[in-house]
Amino acid sequence: MDDVLEIAGTPLRSRLLLGSGGFQSLELFADALTASGAEIVTVALRRVEDAPGGLYDTIAAAGARTLPNTAGCFTAREACQTARLAREAFETDWVKLEVIGDRRTLLPDSLELLRAAETLVGEGFVVLAYTNDDPILGRRLADAGCAAVMPLGAPIGSGLGIRNPHAIELMREMVDVPLVLDAGIGTASDAALAMELGCDAVLAASAISRAGSPRMMASALRDAVRAGHAARAAGRIPRVRHGQASTDDAGMPAL
Amino acid sequence: MMVRINGVARTVVERATVADAVSAAGSDPAERGIAAALDGRVVARAEWTATPLHEGAEIEVVRATAGG
Repeated sequence: MDDVLEIAGTPLRSRLLLGSGGFQSLELFADALTASGAEIVTVALRRVEDAPGGLYDTIAAAGARTLPNTAGCFTAREACQTARLAREAFETDWVKLEVIGDRRTLLPDSLELLRAAETLVGEGFVVLAYTNDDPILGRRLADAGCAAVMPLGAPIGSGLGIRNPHAIELMREMVDVPLVLDAGIGTASDAALAMELGCDAVLAASAISRAGSPRMMASALRDAVRAGHAARAAGRIPRVRHGQASTDDAGMPAL
Repeated sequence: MMVRINGVARTVVERATVADAVSAAGSDPAERGIAAALDGRVVARAEWTATPLHEGAEIEVVRATAGG
């Protein structure tokens, strides 16, 4: 499949987005970025003394787009402030909005998320909203003007895959903006499944940065996303309970 | 006068601006990918040299770091 995904009118040839977190070095990150083919890379914003330079330039040198996130924010107010700082720092209106509700699970706080999304859309931001795998909330986020809805497959960094494929399928039916599976990806089959369920793209961070070989996993996820997207377009056969012969019984010799 | 830059109390000269605070934080005001807030409000880069600090000002200076 060589069709083009559009988010907020921007055409994207790659359906794999890369998170920049967790790499052991900037070199490993740069190698993985090249292998992934990703055109969008998420970054966080931190005080300068805690943020070594070079990341922003590395992403730009690879020709990819920087997508600032609001990682670490627990309230709509914090997330909106972070988005405004990011807009100034990176000269982009795009933001991956995440508002976390709990340190242990890192699950999103749905009420703060929706509130922040409404505020930021009102200020002209292109909001990609990281959300629970809740079809109704996904629809509310799309109705609020989010450019993409990013449901989790499982908690951030857990590698547990897609815990509720049915919910992701329902989101595909009920959300009319691009759907990007975010969080939970552990390996290639998880990414392929996300695409087979109808997601438009997949975001992977830990699955790549913490893999034995980040470069090889980046390449594997790139292929898995392509394969899953093609399989979705091809149309899978229905599941049936029993065997269904592909060979006709007619003409069977009497032996 | 005393201000707080990224949570640390510091003395800056009278007439210091947001641009001075960005330098004091250890970054080059010309570097791309940096943003600053004064008392919780984002200050556009173009306004840094024209935005004075005041006694007790709280300045945050941030840049991109690795993150999901």
